[in-house]
Amino acid sequence: MNSQPIVRIEKLAKRFGEIEAVAGVDLEIVRGELFALLGGSGCGKTTLLRLLAGFETPDAGRILIDGQDMTGVSPHLRPVNMMFQSYALFPHMDVAANVAYGLRRERVPKQEIRTRVAEALALVKLDGHGARRPAQLSGGQRQRVALARALVKRPKLLLLDEPLAALDRKLREGTRFELVRLQEQLDLTFIVVTHDQEEAMSMASRLAVMDAGRIAQIGTPHELYEHPASRFVADFIGIANILDLGNGQWLALRPEKITLSIGRPDMAQAISGEVVDIAYEGDRSLYRIAVKGGPVMLVSRTNTVRTSEEAFRRGQTVWLGWNNDAGQVLDG
Amino acid sequence: MGRKSAAGDLTMRAVIALPFAWLILFFLLPSALVLAIALGTNAPDAAPPVELGWSLANFGLLFTDDLYVAAWLSSLRIAATSTLAALLLGYPMAYAIARTRPERRPLLLMLVVLPFWTSFLIRVYAWMGLLAENGILNQVLRWSGLAAHPGTILGTEWAVHLGIVYGYLPFMVLPLYATLEKLDWSLLEAAADLGARPIAAFFTVTLPLSLPGIVAGCLMVFIPAVGEFVIPDLLGGTGTLMIGKVLWDEFFTNADWPIASAVAICLLVLLVGPIALFQRQQARSLERR
Repeated sequence: MNSQPIVRIEKLAKRFGEIEAVAGVDLEIVRGELFALLGGSGCGKTTLLRLLAGFETPDAGRILIDGQDMTGVSPHLRPVNMMFQSYALFPHMDVAANVAYGLRRERVPKQEIRTRVAEALALVKLDGHGARRPAQLSGGQRQRVALARALVKRPKLLLLDEPLAALDRKLREGTRFELVRLQEQLDLTFIVVTHDQEEAMSMASRLAVMDAGRIAQIGTPHELYEHPASRFVADFIGIANILDLGNGQWLALRPEKITLSIGRPDMAQAISGEVVDIAYEGDRSLYRIAVKGGPVMLVSRTNTVRTSEEAFRRGQTVWLGWNNDAGQVLDG
Repeated sequence: MGRKSAAGDLTMRAVIALPFAWLILFFLLPSALVLAIALGTNAPDAAPPVELGWSLANFGLLFTDDLYVAAWLSSLRIAATSTLAALLLGYPMAYAIARTRPERRPLLLMLVVLPFWTSFLIRVYAWMGLLAENGILNQVLRWSGLAAHPGTILGTEWAVHLGIVYGYLPFMVLPLYATLEKLDWSLLEAAADLGARPIAAFFTVTLPLSLPGIVAGCLMVFIPAVGEFVIPDLLGGTGTLMIGKVLWDEFFTNADWPIASAVAICLLVLLVGPIALFQRQQARSLERR
């Protein structure tokens, strides 16, 4: 396998009027990884994807795909395919024609087109649906047609713009694993844009958190969760208690890293507070605890025992304890 | 919904009945009258100059007399080529308007319909002024030295085509715009992403998806163009044979009401076909949505 990165983005910038959509991004994506671009709306993740596909022209910087400079290369000549958030299926063509579209443009022989379309449809478990129109399919089936259409050209790089956003919750979880399976089975490189941190964390081998056109942090899901580089990342991914340590230093402490007890715990850090609110979520309960003279902190507790209701009552004074390595110290 | 009151029911019926009454009074009844006249015979001394009857001779004449057959054929030909020209001119216009920024579109659309603020007849007269032997066009040509002895466009079929394309272009542009404006442009990005050059993307995505607009626009130009009278009469001169003009001549010059009526009935029947086609197309595109 080639160790050269499949994508290399250098000092990429794009602005729309007053808005800096992408403001100097450097990024390398390794061959065969499932990379997620995560961020809130307007953070520039979709613009970055569109720059990769060639639908937008960068104001500065450049993109190399498989070592080739993509500057000035039209979308139809790029070795990438994209799965659109709206799926963008051609409504006047049946499923097979949609999937075959890219191969027809390459003037692949008819017989080969037929076998490759059948293969692609089988891959997304839509065998026998070739003659249907997109309008006759369910949302989940349409999503799979879009995927098959993008995969059938065997691109070096597949771009997925919010691939699961239009699906309902149950379907989303199943499809998530399905996408990872396909990516591993076909040994392709995926770049997934999403605003859903749970989605990004569970799918990606690495992810980048974007904020205001810049990359806030790149790392594995574990690195981003346990070792956030900034208060923004700590706050954006999961839930974090951010405590002021003074001297411009902060401690990001995850709710599940804190233990609750009636008596003072034998831990490096211990403070007491009053339970102000309990949110029961079934698998766990989230406690909001007002620390005396301090902030309101969030503590989560796994509900391992079925019989009792909540271990602590509202209004009760409890102790919060954690070890010194439980949180991440941040400088900004 | 609750129970409908009797008064509400009556109002409902009245609302539905009104357009029907309108159509019966101003469309069906006059058409029946025209048909009755077409089945009669010419009676120059009577007033009106018709003797009613059940004769199909007038219709027979339309299919046997070379003049009528030639007029039909040349009407269809001129309408068809003008429609094609209007399509080739109107499509890029509609496309350009649909692709400009949304806030600029109303202005451009207004420019398309702006000619309607002036009477159609006056605008056709203006073309006479442009195209006449000593018209503005030829004066400019002579003055600029591009052509010392330019020919005259007025009085030729070229002028008729020009007039029809000019007069009916908005009817081509508006339905085309309506379909192109609804087109999901991400489909074109998808086509490009899958390796389609812009020209291929146009022919495989944009064109097929704008087909309802093309059909609507073409019929809206073709149908009135076939029976057009003012344009061939004013711009076409004596050399241009069109059925609308023949009809006018039969009625006003020859005062042969039955023949004129037969021509009118034939024109109506001939145009019902395309109109039915148009309505089916509309119904189908509605269904698809």
